[in-house]
Amino acid sequence: MKTYIPNKFIVDRDPERCIQCQVCVNQCSFDANYYDAEDDEVKSREENCVGCHRCVVFCPTQALTIRKNPLDYRENFNWRPEVIEDILKQAESGAMILTGMGNDKGYRVYWDHLVLNASQVTNPSIDPLREPMELTTYLGSKPDKVELDSNNLKLKTKLAPQVKLDIPVIFAAMSYGAVSINVHESLARAATEAGTLWNTGEGGLHSKLYKYGANTIVQVASGRFGVHQNYLDAGSIVEIKIGQGAKPGIGGHLPGEKVSSEVSLTRMIPQGTDALSPAPQHDIYSIEDLAQLVYSLKEATNYEKPISVKIAAVHNSAAIASGMVRAGADIIVLDGFRGGTGATPKIIRDNVGIPIELALASVDSRLRAEGIRNRASIVVSGGIRNSGDVAKAIALGADAVYIGTAALVALGCTLCQQCHTGKCAWGICTNNLTLTKRINPDIGSRRLANLLRGWSLELKDILGGMGLNALESLRGNRLSLRGIGLTDTELKILGVKMAGD
Amino acid sequence: MRDLTEISNPYSDGKIIDSCSIFGMMDTSGKCFSGKDITKAIGNMHFRGNGLGGGFAIYGLYPEYADYYAFHIMYLSKDSQNQVESFLKENFHVVVTDEIPTQPTPAIINPPLVWRYFLEVDMGKCVLQEPDDYVTEKVMQINTCMDGAFVFSSGKNMGVFKGVGYPEEIAEYFCLNDYQGYLWTSHGRFPTNTRGWWGGAHPFNILDWTVVHNGEISSYGINYRCLEQFGYLCTMQTDTEVVAYIIDLLMRKHGLPIEIVAKIMAPPFWDDIERLPQDERELLIALRQVYSSMLLNGPFTIIIAHQGEMIGFTDRIRLRPLTVGVKGSMLYLSSEEASIRLISPDLDKAWIPMGGEPIIGRLATENQKQFITGVTEVRTGNKLR
Ligand code: SF4
Ligand code: SF4
Repeated sequence: MKTYIPNKFIVDRDPERCIQCQVCVNQCSFDANYYDAEDDEVKSREENCVGCHRCVVFCPTQALTIRKNPLDYRENFNWRPEVIEDILKQAESGAMILTGMGNDKGYRVYWDHLVLNASQVTNPSIDPLREPMELTTYLGSKPDKVELDSNNLKLKTKLAPQVKLDIPVIFAAMSYGAVSINVHESLARAATEAGTLWNTGEGGLHSKLYKYGANTIVQVASGRFGVHQNYLDAGSIVEIKIGQGAKPGIGGHLPGEKVSSEVSLTRMIPQGTDALSPAPQHDIYSIEDLAQLVYSLKEATNYEKPISVKIAAVHNSAAIASGMVRAGADIIVLDGFRGGTGATPKIIRDNVGIPIELALASVDSRLRAEGIRNRASIVVSGGIRNSGDVAKAIALGADAVYIGTAALVALGCTLCQQCHTGKCAWGICTNNLTLTKRINPDIGSRRLANLLRGWSLELKDILGGMGLNALESLRGNRLSLRGIGLTDTELKILGVKMAGD
Repeated sequence: MRDLTEISNPYSDGKIIDSCSIFGMMDTSGKCFSGKDITKAIGNMHFRGNGLGGGFAIYGLYPEYADYYAFHIMYLSKDSQNQVESFLKENFHVVVTDEIPTQPTPAIINPPLVWRYFLEVDMGKCVLQEPDDYVTEKVMQINTCMDGAFVFSSGKNMGVFKGVGYPEEIAEYFCLNDYQGYLWTSHGRFPTNTRGWWGGAHPFNILDWTVVHNGEISSYGINYRCLEQFGYLCTMQTDTEVVAYIIDLLMRKHGLPIEIVAKIMAPPFWDDIERLPQDERELLIALRQVYSSMLLNGPFTIIIAHQGEMIGFTDRIRLRPLTVGVKGSMLYLSSEEASIRLISPDLDKAWIPMGGEPIIGRLATENQKQFITGVTEVRTGNKLR
């Protein structure tokens, strides 16, 4: 069938600069560049280009420019080009449209409508270059009070297990299979260097990464891939994944082509078979079922590790979160609708779930109103882009944040949204061996650790500017935020005042 | 219900910002003295206030009525006085009622009525409740529900005198030279925005606890939210109120000693904790984990007092001043050393404590000889003299 979908990008190759070296041909995993031997000229199949910029970065003479194909349809606010093209795709394929990454629609980004405070006159700002500035955070359930041995001032209360973070930024769950082993190794090494954690995602932990266990969150998801006693013992936190912001209510599907022998070993499934994660966990159909899984994992790990439960941010997150805390979760993870994924039905990604800012604010308020906020840490994810977002999330009430997309961008990702194709030209979201070697764990871990270092310096500056020298004084401190351009209802949900008020 | 912010925070600021001078003096042998010296000392820091608030707390004040709750109540009208007095009669046995003596002072304009009551809890009404909790509840009721009335103080054998004016003017107005106590604290206030309100002056009191405070707590936004979880409603938008409630929660309800409470409000740095011996390290880590939202971050110095004890400390990096002076059995705590030397020129010791380190003065008893504690006293006290 002839496709009616026009190409999205124009590959502009400056003939004056191009030396026919064919680097772009080799770099493009989407087959958009080729060498025409007859004409002795590198040419492009523009209909294949996804705009990932791999060729642009690697072209030695900067001969390439990728431009958007202007596609001037007759203007229509309802029937936008994307809408038209999605219909064309389905008319030609008869299938669901799959995509990668998180919701890219123009919904309000609340981070961009929140601003932070700074000290002037009545309290001094603190200079992080001269004074200690503390970002240390402990994840885990806390009691409301401690008891002491009255005669010798020794601690009598035994706290539930706590995991220490030197920076309140954790690498989000991305499974081995969806991303390559080199990405996992880069994340694990960077987390170890930065004193934070990374998350295995639902595909198990490769045997060569067990040595990073102290900095690892091991995930238990609906497919239970790669879950066994050693795996649970390896991590410092066990996370039950109920849902994911990019596809709330939807399971996962790792196509058989991506299940290589190594992936098969780690996931404990036959090579080449599709790895299907059911939409729900089939042993959790209600809150008391969740409590049973939480406590079975606590039993299995001897009550030595916090158990985390991750849900997608949805309409009644606050009530669900309260139930999760009562079901014994030590950490609750909320994933907003901008959270990324390796593959999701586009219609789900773009239409289901709510922004993380609102979910976080309402969950934190609810847990406080019920007097159970101390009983669980809150970790949020889904669209955290920089240290400013981190600071705002903490001020709204988060203990820490997860970053997934931002970490991949540090490794080269340009959000071309082709993760589901397995062709990622940056070698991130693929298990094709010629592509995966594009991520060198020595360099990958350096880039990730650098990112965290940069953010931690910025967080210290932000704190110091507000006259605070410990992160916990920002946590839940919504007076340090003001809203701009928000309605009264939005301000009320976020629990912040309008700027100027 | 009366909206307190109408009075204490007319512009509905997130929080009232002020700064000030503080001074405390205690004779740890229990000997009582008049308000002459402390008035002179706090007056010496005149420029740290702006005349919009001054006050004093005195302990050992009413030995003849030591078993009764002494209420000092401010009224804006005769009506509110009648209303509160019938409320008191309903809930307490009123032993003595009198108007607190004052003298005309040029600087004090338009003062409210201030009355004093000695009360005994009506045990018929106070069932299933500690008398202290009963009294707290009644004080909150008067302060939040009754128009034109505010309880300055409600402890036994102590009292608070405060108002709008410089502290030395308040002392003159309330004739504080005529009173005797073994422990006095005082405060001169510099609010940046609040129009004068007598109830907004310091010391802040609940039961026999008083707090005077110089600071601007940057972590206020989380401190008050954390207290809400424990049922404390911060209605006055002041740091002092937050400090007072944290102390009430940690000391009275959680039963923690002041040394530990100071480590919660002004904790040592994680790096310093790492270097401590194991038991102490475990304790301090747990305190920071559990009470992270009660860390008072930003500049402050506070002097806390209750019967028999006076405690002073600063924030963890000492962004507001505190000087300690010791002369015989006398302990002085002050924003400025000059004020101490003005009334006691020949000190045994004077020093500046480390950030977050509590200086504690206690009434000496037979088996407790060490009545003033503080680490740097031993370490650097002599050097700084
Ligand atoms: S490498 Fe990426 S940007 Fe370059 S032609 Fe291929 S798909 Fe397009
Ligand atoms: S991970 Fe790869 S395929 Fe996915 S958006 Fe990033 S660069 Fe494109």
